[in-house]
Amino acid sequence: MLTIKTLFMNLINIRNLTKIYHTTTKEIKALENISIDIEDNKITSIIGPSGCGKSTLLNLITKIESTSTGTIRNNKDLIIGYMMQTDALLPWMSVFDNAMLGLKLQKNINDETKCYVINLLKKYDLYEFKDEYPNNLSGGMRQRLALIRTLAIKPNILLLDEPFSKLDVETRKNITDDVYKIIKELNITTILITHDIEEAISLSDNIIILSKRPGSVKCAYKLNYDEVTVPSERRKEGFFSKLYENIWSNIDHD
Amino acid sequence: MTEEHKLYLKRIKRNKLIITISQFSLLTFFIVIWELLSRYNIINSFIFSSPSKVITTLINLYQDNNLFIHIFTTSVEVILSLILSFIVAFLIALILYSFKTIKKILDPFIVAINSLPKVALGPLIIIWLGTSTKAIVFNSLLISVIVTFMTILNGMESCDKDLIKLFKVFKAKKIDILINLIIPSSKNEIISALKINLSMSLIGVIMGEFLSCKKGIGYLILYGTQVFNLSLVMCGILILSLLSFIFNILINTLEKTITKDKNSTS
Repeated sequence: MLTIKTLFMNLINIRNLTKIYHTTTKEIKALENISIDIEDNKITSIIGPSGCGKSTLLNLITKIESTSTGTIRNNKDLIIGYMMQTDALLPWMSVFDNAMLGLKLQKNINDETKCYVINLLKKYDLYEFKDEYPNNLSGGMRQRLALIRTLAIKPNILLLDEPFSKLDVETRKNITDDVYKIIKELNITTILITHDIEEAISLSDNIIILSKRPGSVKCAYKLNYDEVTVPSERRKEGFFSKLYENIWSNIDHD
Repeated sequence: MTEEHKLYLKRIKRNKLIITISQFSLLTFFIVIWELLSRYNIINSFIFSSPSKVITTLINLYQDNNLFIHIFTTSVEVILSLILSFIVAFLIALILYSFKTIKKILDPFIVAINSLPKVALGPLIIIWLGTSTKAIVFNSLLISVIVTFMTILNGMESCDKDLIKLFKVFKAKKIDILINLIIPSSKNEIISALKINLSMSLIGVIMGEFLSCKKGIGYLILYGTQVFNLSLVMCGILILSLLSFIFNILINTLEKTITKDKNSTS
């Protein structure tokens, strides 16, 4: 189970968080009384039925939306890397300019950051395409580019909002392994939102299950993998299907 | 290059040739029929004129040194109102996109002005601004600005919400989102707004010239009608169609230079 350490020791500590949306006719409670400590340098997956407020939780962490009650505390400034379902590349910018987007918006373009991005492009086999436009890239390459753009700002937390759900099975398997290796190599605290139980089990160190709306923490799992095993190999482990069934039975189904 | 590819290119080339030849034949056929019908008095050449009469009128205009004055006047007016109304429309779209409350406040007024037939304002404009180029350009602005800014605003508002979210996560300022995302992503709408703007400006300028002017192609057409010189009217229409054709080509070229390369295999 998820261990709760000393208060506010982690990068992200969520306490008694509730989020209510107002419309002209009613109030909708999206999240109710959520308390989570996101373990540093680990991958934490959040799963739950659709509409349970998973994406809302990410919006609250990024401060795009504000909380109704409760707090999200960070023990230092967050530099957020965000990947979503679509790769969200800008079709009018070259591969290189897309990779530099975050740095450009944060007015942080200099020789050092440029060099860093070039190295990332080289490392993930996109350097020779740096002057191409995103529409000339394959789905997997586009997703890798989206990841490079995310890493370019050197985030200390990575938020992944179902980033692989639009990819085909084969691409998805490869990119999942790639992303896993990168996260572990850079030791970034990561929150993954998904409705795919297998993906959650194969990628995560911690899994948190939210109930149906209003979302609250239903239960949490702590997985003990050795870190060199990539997701595609984890799927072959003996306990995989048993854990899958356990999680499945704990998710609210319509 | 394989044989098959050569054949493919050849087929495309032939197809293109057929289209061009057909277009010219169609035009020639129309002109010849028109000429024959009026020459053998099947149609009344006084009312319907004829190609040869139109050409004679054109040559006369040229010899009297009037032709290019009219073309030049109308062209300048069209270009002026095209540029001015595009700038004004773009600024309005920017403001209404950035300040949603202002948009809500102005909404009923925009709807009202949009559905008002602008030609009804013509007499007022003549009194306010006289019978000058200024009046004609202003008239044209009234006609084109609203449709143009609504098209641009539409494009801005249809920007992908995911992208806006991404920019916000990157802590981009509002102005950065506008410059780096909203404007480039509505490029297609901006270009189609420019095209709509062109036809609106043409309408506005000709309408303005009908109302009050001593020069320009609109004046030529109006004058021709008043003295019952239908060849002059036809001549004006011919010049006008050529002019709008050329403006269209210019805008299409502009579109191609702006959008080239980037969406090659989308």
